[in-house]
Amino acid sequence: MSSTEMQGHEAVMIDAEEMRRARQRKMEKTGKWLLPILIMCVAIFMWDRICVWNEIPRYILPRPGEVLATLIEDRGLLFSSLVNTLKITFLSLALAVAGGVGLSVLFTQSKWVEMSFFPFAVVLQVTPIVAIFPLINIYVDNQTTKLLLCAWIVAFFPILSNTTLGLNSVDRNLLDLFKLNGASRWQTLWHLRLPASMPYFLGGLKIAGGLALIGAVVAEFVAGASGLSSGLASRIIEAGYRLNAPRLFAALILISFTGILIFLVLSFISNRILRRWHESALTQER
Amino acid sequence: MQPADKAKTGGPQLILRSVGKVFGNDVVALRDVDMTINQGDFLSLLGPSGCGKSTALRLIAGLSSPTSGILDWRGPVMGKADIGFVFQEPTLMPWASVFDNVWLPLRLQGVSRADAKPQVEEVLSQVNLTGFENAVPRELSGGMKMRVSIARGLVTRPRVLLMDEPFAALDEITRFQLNSDLLTLWERERFTVIFVTHSVFESVFLSNRIVVMAAHPGRVFGEMDVDAPYPRDETFRTSEDYAHLTRKASSLLRSAMGIEGEGGDDHVLH
Repeated sequence: MSSTEMQGHEAVMIDAEEMRRARQRKMEKTGKWLLPILIMCVAIFMWDRICVWNEIPRYILPRPGEVLATLIEDRGLLFSSLVNTLKITFLSLALAVAGGVGLSVLFTQSKWVEMSFFPFAVVLQVTPIVAIFPLINIYVDNQTTKLLLCAWIVAFFPILSNTTLGLNSVDRNLLDLFKLNGASRWQTLWHLRLPASMPYFLGGLKIAGGLALIGAVVAEFVAGASGLSSGLASRIIEAGYRLNAPRLFAALILISFTGILIFLVLSFISNRILRRWHESALTQER
Repeated sequence: MQPADKAKTGGPQLILRSVGKVFGNDVVALRDVDMTINQGDFLSLLGPSGCGKSTALRLIAGLSSPTSGILDWRGPVMGKADIGFVFQEPTLMPWASVFDNVWLPLRLQGVSRADAKPQVEEVLSQVNLTGFENAVPRELSGGMKMRVSIARGLVTRPRVLLMDEPFAALDEITRFQLNSDLLTLWERERFTVIFVTHSVFESVFLSNRIVVMAAHPGRVFGEMDVDAPYPRDETFRTSEDYAHLTRKASSLLRSAMGIEGEGGDDHVLH
């Protein structure tokens, strides 16, 4: 709330309706954070109680405290696995950005290129990655390359389709203005199409960030990787074989937190870039 | 009529000779348009929607080419910097600052930021926007956005400024202010203006010549001189002259639309 508004509260009488509305806003603001945390705490507590009440053995469902203890105890193993998964995630995301943006730029340069190649991108997207992986397994030897390729296929499509949409969603009059001023294709792309597609691209990036993580984990699952250089998915498989449920849960929690973190970071970046001009990043003015 | 009363215009700058435009869907947008635009004219194209006035402007801008007829440019060869265009919407790049938006036409010609600075600042001061260089469009009011758009149209010092209903979306107070400011600028710089509008009042207030167009198919219906001296200020809006001239333009427009009206005898029919 701005200072002028505060002064307004002191200087001017506010009717009951406005007061109620202000109170509502304040409650919603705290509720937005408080409620999910509260529910989460209750859920964890119930989880713990159910384990105790039903005397569920730890290899079926460990108590939350045990999971936390495992997370701390096995941190060396788990975090080195996390680093491996993250490496694949971010590398594939970077490649997805390069591939997605590169291809969409190519698409907007020529309608013919788009018409010819967009269907292939769709085919790649709609075919389940687990079904494609055996093929990749045959043709690619290097383990890291396999995983990268897999995660890339999953992550690149939202960036491609969003950026293509963005590059084409340019104000017709601005295009005319560029034409009028004799702008080259390159100038139109650089000064007009790319900045105009930014909100779309960033929307795609947010989706792709989560998908890259999913891609990396799924790839590792189907690759059945093991050994020291492997990621969190291998930890989960391993823990599953050994009936080490606490570690399984710990790895799972680590993956979800990573996903949430990726989403938050990408949302933050997107907000920083767009906050001065795009509707999506503006603070609501009533 | 004293010569001082007339706007001081030069010889022909652009002559349209039986220009026609047919769109791909067989819609005849323009048929046999003949028109002469003089150096330094403030010419309004007045007409109902569908009369092809915007199409005519796009043809003149070179954004589209005529199906038949020719556009005969006189004088020095027109370069891409010689035509400024102002759209109905401000059409600014929302991510770019006011400075960057105005710099754009120069930038596309390879003028660096530093080199463009004096020109951009001068044109911004001409539209009374000094101090807003770093604002982004969404921080400006509708009138200010339009000023930026006009500044961008003028930054290359064009010889012809084309305006496509630039003030149609603004409120009346803002529109009057921008009308006056535009006239001041025009009187000082004397670039040629071709101004598309559907407002009789606006066209009479601004221009020295009005070309009235009719629809279906788009064509030139008639033309009138606005014999009122410049500079014109707000007192002109309430003068006898103004009332008389708007009545004349109105009746011409009404005949163009096929509506019988009073005083339809004193216009020049083509």
